[in-house]
Amino acid sequence: MPAGGGLRALATAAVLGTAALMTVPAQAETVMVGVILTYSGRDAALGDQIDKAIRLFQKLHGHELPDGVKVELIRRDDTGPNPDVAKRLAQELILREKVDILTGGQWTPNAMAVAALSKEAKIPFVTMTAGGSKVTLQSPYVVRTGWTLWQSSYPLGQWAAKNGFKRAYTAVSDFAPGHDGEEAFTKGFSENGGEVIGSVRIPLKTTDYLPFLQKVKDAKPEVLYHFNPGGPQATAFMKALADIGLTNSDIKIIGPGDITSDDELPNMGKAPLGVITMLQYSPAATRQANKDFVAAWKKEYGADSVPTFFAVAGWDGMRAIYDAVAAQKGKIDADRTMEFFKTWANPGSPRGPVRLDPVHRDIVQHMYLRRVEEVEGKLANVEVETLPQIGDPWKTVVLGKQ
Amino acid sequence: MIGSSIVAILFFGVAYGMILYLISVGLSVTMGLMGFVNLAHGVFAMAGGYATVSLMNTMGVPFFPSLALACIIVTGMGFVLERTLYSRLYGATELRQVLFSIALCLVAMAIVRIVWGPLAQPIQLPEYLTGQTDILGQALPTYRLFLVAFAAIVIGGLWLTFERTLFGARIRAAVDDRAMAQAVGINTKRLFAATFGLGTGLAALGGGLGADILAIAPAYPLQHIVLFLIVVAVGGLGSIKGPFIAALAIGVSDTACKYFFPEVGSVFVFALVFLLLLWRPNGIMERR
Repeated sequence: MPAGGGLRALATAAVLGTAALMTVPAQAETVMVGVILTYSGRDAALGDQIDKAIRLFQKLHGHELPDGVKVELIRRDDTGPNPDVAKRLAQELILREKVDILTGGQWTPNAMAVAALSKEAKIPFVTMTAGGSKVTLQSPYVVRTGWTLWQSSYPLGQWAAKNGFKRAYTAVSDFAPGHDGEEAFTKGFSENGGEVIGSVRIPLKTTDYLPFLQKVKDAKPEVLYHFNPGGPQATAFMKALADIGLTNSDIKIIGPGDITSDDELPNMGKAPLGVITMLQYSPAATRQANKDFVAAWKKEYGADSVPTFFAVAGWDGMRAIYDAVAAQKGKIDADRTMEFFKTWANPGSPRGPVRLDPVHRDIVQHMYLRRVEEVEGKLANVEVETLPQIGDPWKTVVLGKQ
Repeated sequence: MIGSSIVAILFFGVAYGMILYLISVGLSVTMGLMGFVNLAHGVFAMAGGYATVSLMNTMGVPFFPSLALACIIVTGMGFVLERTLYSRLYGATELRQVLFSIALCLVAMAIVRIVWGPLAQPIQLPEYLTGQTDILGQALPTYRLFLVAFAAIVIGGLWLTFERTLFGARIRAAVDDRAMAQAVGINTKRLFAATFGLGTGLAALGGGLGADILAIAPAYPLQHIVLFLIVVAVGGLGSIKGPFIAALAIGVSDTACKYFFPEVGSVFVFALVFLLLLWRPNGIMERR
C-alpha cells in the first residue's frame, strides 16, 4: 500500500514537525551542564569538596544571569580514577541529556577521556581539578580552572635548590600527576644545582607508607619531595613519617599542598609541623575575598568544615561557566564559548586573581609557598611567600623546546 | 645500616601479617567448618574498626576498653546474623552464598556511608603508643611493636583454645567429619553459632587494631577481601596454623617487595600466591 505508507509518513512528519516547533523555548533558555565527579568510593571526600563549592556558588550567585536564562546541572558519579566509566558517563550526557557544557574532571585519567570526547562532540569541557599538564592539549574545547602539578612542583624544585638543599629524594604516587610532579621537581631542582639521588613511585592505593619511607630514610637525602592525592592518603603518610622518626629530622619534607590538605590537617597530629608546600590556595589566607568565601562556606556547611583547593577549583569553574552563559545570554555555541574563555579572568577568586591563558586555556594564578604552623592551637598552612601569576611551566619548559 | 633496615622491614611485615591473620582466621574456620563462602567477612572487621573509632572519638572511651567493647558488640552482631541469615544458607549452593554475602557487603557499605560519611575514620592512638621505641639499639615504631606483642598473645590464646580445650576439640572434629561429629552427640548448630561469633569477634579486633594500616572507610569490605581470601586459600580451610604461616608470608613478602621493588606493586604477592597454589592447591597446611 504505497499510498497509505505515504500518508502515514506525511502524518509522522507533521507530528514530528509540531514536536520540533514545540521544543523551541518561548522565553526561557536552560543551559544543561553535565557534572562528572567522584561521589562514591574511597575518594568521595574530594568530589564532595567540589560539589559543595558548586552548590554554594549556585546558592550565592545562581541568580546572576540574564532574565529567563537558567543553568541546570546533571550529576554523574565516576566512582574514582576510572577513565572508562567517565567516558561512558560523558557519552551518555552528550547523547541522551544533550548537555551544552561538561565539567567535573576530578582525575587526570578521567579528564583525558572526557577531553577526547569533547573534541569529537564539540562540547566545551571545564576540567576542575585534574592536575596533569597534558589535559588541555587533548582537545581545543578544554579549559582548566584548577592547577597543574608543574605549577607547584617546578617552582618548588627551584626554591629547594636555592635554599641550600643539595641532595633530594622523590617519592610520588604512581599515576600521571605524580609522574608530572616528579619530573617538574627534578627539573626545577637540578637546573639550579641540586641532585636527585633517588626516586620511588608508590602504588596509588597504598595505605602503608612505612616500607617506602624506610627506603628514603636509608638514602639520607637532605630533602624529600613527596606527592600523594591528598585526603586520607595524606594522613596515612604523615602518620608513617611520625612512626619512622622522620618528623623534625634532618630530612626536610616538601611537596605540593596536597600532602597537607586542609581538611585532613586536624587528623594528622603534630607530624606535619614545619612541612613546606607550594600551592595556589590556603583557607588560612587573609585576603578579603578568601575571608568572605570561608565565612560563607562555614555558614553553609558548619564551623568544622573547611574549603580546600579542590573546592576553590570547583568554585572558579562554576564562575567561568556562569560568566560564559551570561555573556551568550544562554545560547551556548561551542566555539563562541571557547573564544570567551580565552580572555576569561576572575580577579576576585578566593585564591587571588586568576585568568586563563589564551594559547593553552590553562589557569594562570599566584602560587604560595606555605609552612605548616600552629595557629590558635590548630595546624594551618601559613602562606610565607607569593609567586605572582604562574602559568603552567610545563608548556614553556618542556613543550616549548620540543 | 642495611642490616637494621632489613630488621625494620621484617618487623613491619610481621606486624602487617599479624593483623591479616587476626582478621582472616575466623573466615578460614567458618569456611572449613560450615563450608560457607562468606565474602562478607570484611564487614565484621570494618564494623570493629568503626565501633572502636566511634567509641574513642565521640564518647571519649579510652583505646583498650573501646577495643574490647567493639569486639563484644561485633561478636553479638555476628551471632545474630548467623542465627537469622547465615544459617538459612548452610546447605545452599555456593552461588547463592556468594550472592548473599556480596549483598551483605553492599548493604553494610551503604549503611556506614550514611552514618559516618565517605571519609576514612582517623584513629587517635594514645600518646604512649605513638613515636618510636628503641629495642636493642634499633628504633622501631611503638605502635607496631605493640601490635606484634598484643596479636601474639591473642594468637597464643586462640591456639590453646583450639588445641587444648573441649570446645576446640569439637570444632576440629566437626571440620574433619561433620556427620560423625553430629552422630556422637555434638550440637553442631550451637557450635557453628559460637565459632561464627568467635571468628567475627577476632575480625573486629583485627579491624580495630589495624585501623592504622587498613584504613577504616566504607570501601573496606570489598577493598581488602582479596587479601583475606588469599590468606585462607594459601593457608588451607578449617585450619588455624596454616593461615598464620600464610598471613606472615604475605605480610613480609608484600612489605619487602614495597621496599626492594616498589615499582612492581602487589604483583609479587599475587605471583607468590599463584606458585603456592600450583604447588599445594588446597593450601600449605592441607590435611590428608
